[in-house]
Amino acid sequence: MKASRLTRNVLFVYGILMIAFLYLPLVSVGFASVSQARYLSFPIRRYSTKWYGEAFESSTVSELLLTSLSVAVVVTIVSLVFAFFGALAFARYQWRFRNVFQKLILLPIFFPQTVLGLALLMWFNSLGIIPTWKTAVVAHLVWITPIATLIVAIRAYSFDPALEEAARDMGAGTLTVLREITLPLLMPGLVSAGLFAFLLSWGNFPLSLFTTGADSTLPEWLYAKMVSGYSPLVPTLGIMSVVGSFLLILFAFALVWLMRANKEARTAQD
Amino acid sequence: MKSLDQKLGLFSALPVVALLGLAFLAPLVVVALFSIMPAKVFSLANTPDFSAYAVFVQQGYYKSLLWSLGMALASTAILLVVCWPLAYAMAKVFKSFTLVLTIAIVMSLFVSENIRLFGWVLTLMKGGLIEGHFRALTGIGFDSPLYGVPIIVFGLVYVYLPFMLFPLAQGIAMVPDDTRQAAYDLGASRWQVLWQIEIPLAAPGIVVGSLLSFVLAAGALAESKILGGQAVIAIADDIETAFTFGQNWPLGSALSMVLIVIIGTLALFGISKVDLDAIMGRKR
Repeated sequence: MKASRLTRNVLFVYGILMIAFLYLPLVSVGFASVSQARYLSFPIRRYSTKWYGEAFESSTVSELLLTSLSVAVVVTIVSLVFAFFGALAFARYQWRFRNVFQKLILLPIFFPQTVLGLALLMWFNSLGIIPTWKTAVVAHLVWITPIATLIVAIRAYSFDPALEEAARDMGAGTLTVLREITLPLLMPGLVSAGLFAFLLSWGNFPLSLFTTGADSTLPEWLYAKMVSGYSPLVPTLGIMSVVGSFLLILFAFALVWLMRANKEARTAQD
Repeated sequence: MKSLDQKLGLFSALPVVALLGLAFLAPLVVVALFSIMPAKVFSLANTPDFSAYAVFVQQGYYKSLLWSLGMALASTAILLVVCWPLAYAMAKVFKSFTLVLTIAIVMSLFVSENIRLFGWVLTLMKGGLIEGHFRALTGIGFDSPLYGVPIIVFGLVYVYLPFMLFPLAQGIAMVPDDTRQAAYDLGASRWQVLWQIEIPLAAPGIVVGSLLSFVLAAGALAESKILGGQAVIAIADDIETAFTFGQNWPLGSALSMVLIVIIGTLALFGISKVDLDAIMGRKR
C-alpha cells in the first residue's frame, strides 16, 4: 500500500523534528562557546571568541588533543587490520565455528562500557601494567574492533566468492588473492569502518575514564569539568571537537567522491 | 575448497578472538574473582569470602540496581513508540530522505555523549537556551526540569535513540509489502495489520533494538550524573564510587557481577534468537 500524501508529509516533518531534537543541544553548546561571560546565561549579552583564543594557546588543551589523537589513530589502524580478517571469518568463509564467532563478536557491543573499563583496570593491575594512554587503546579496541568488523562484514557479504576462486584457479596463492582481489573489493567497507573507528574512539569517554591512568583524553577532561569545577572552556572545546569530527567526515566524503569520479573517468577512457 | 575455507576461517578469526580473549573475557574472570575477595583488598591472593555480596543486600545497593533497570525499561518502552513511525518511514516511505536521516543520526553519534548531555543542561537549565529566552520575551520564568528521574529517562531516550531506530528500521524493511497488501485486501484494519503482520514479522529488529537500548541504558552513567544531578544513583555510578572514593575493589566487582549477569543473560538470549546472516544481507 502506498502511503498517502498526508501521511508522507507528517512523517517527513517528524523526521525533520527528530534531527532538530538530536542537534538542539549542540546549538546551545555552540552559543555558549562564543559567550564572553564566565558564568553563562541566555540570552547571551556579549559575544566573543576569546575562549577559542585561550583554548588554542593553552598547553593543557594541546596535550589533551595529542592524547586523544594518538589513541584514535592507533585504534583505527589496529582495528582495521583485525576487522579485515574478522569480517572474512564473519561473512565470507564457511567454517565450523562461524556461528559462535559471530556471537562472540557481538558481546562487547552489548556490554556496559564503564564496567568494561573497570574490569580492564583490574586486569592490567593484576598483570602489573601501569595504565597510560596505551592501555586505553586496548580498551577502545575491545569495543571498536567488533563494530568495525560488522561494518566490513556487510561489504564482505555482498561480494562474489567466485572472483577469489577464479584468481586461485589461475594459480594465485592465498596471500596474492587476499591482496589483489579481497582487499580492493572490501575497500569501501574498510574506509567507512576506519571512519567509524576513528570517530568513536575520538569521542569515547566511558572506556577512557578508568584506563588512561595519569593521561587524560579530551572527553574525559570535559566530563571532569562538567561534573565538578566548571570551566568556560568546556563549551569551546566541545565545539572544537565536534567541528574536528565533522571536517573529517566531509574529508572522507570528498575522498570517496574523488575515488568514484576517478574510477568512472578511467572506465570511460577504456 | 571446503577444507580451505575451514582453515582460512579459523586463521582470519584468530586476531579478533585473541583480542577478545585477552582483553574482554580474561578481565571478566578477574572481576568474578575479585568479587569474592574480602573487603578492600587489591590482590587476588586472599581467602575468598562472599562478604561483598552480603554488603550489596545489606546496604541497599539493590535500590540503585532497581532504579537503573526501571529507568532503562521506561526509556526502552518510550523509544519503541517514538522510533516506530520514523523507522517505518525510513524503511518504507522515504526515498532519498532516508539517507539524509541516516547520515544526520550517525553523525550525532560521533559527538561524545557527555558533550550532547551537557548541551541539554545548557538548553534546559534556569537561564538556559529555552527558559532564558522565554523569560526575556515574556517576563515569566519557570523552573528547570533538570535534576530528577524524568529528565534522566529523557537523557537515556536521547542518547540511545539510534540504537533503537536502526535495528527497528532494518526489521521493518524485512516485512514484505505483498504480505501487508494481502492483509489489507482481505479486509484487515490498520491496527490488525500492525499487530498481526508488521510487529511479528519485524520481530528480529524489535528484539535487537530493544535489547540494545535496554542493556546500554541499564549500564549508563553519564545521564544520571550530568542531567540527573544525582537525584537517584545509577548502579554504574555505585560501581564507579566503590572503585574510586570507596577504594573497595571487591565491592565494586560484586556490584559489576550483578549487572554483568543480568545484562549478559539478556544479551545472550537476544543474540541467540537472531540470524545475523539474514539481517546483514546475505545474498547467497
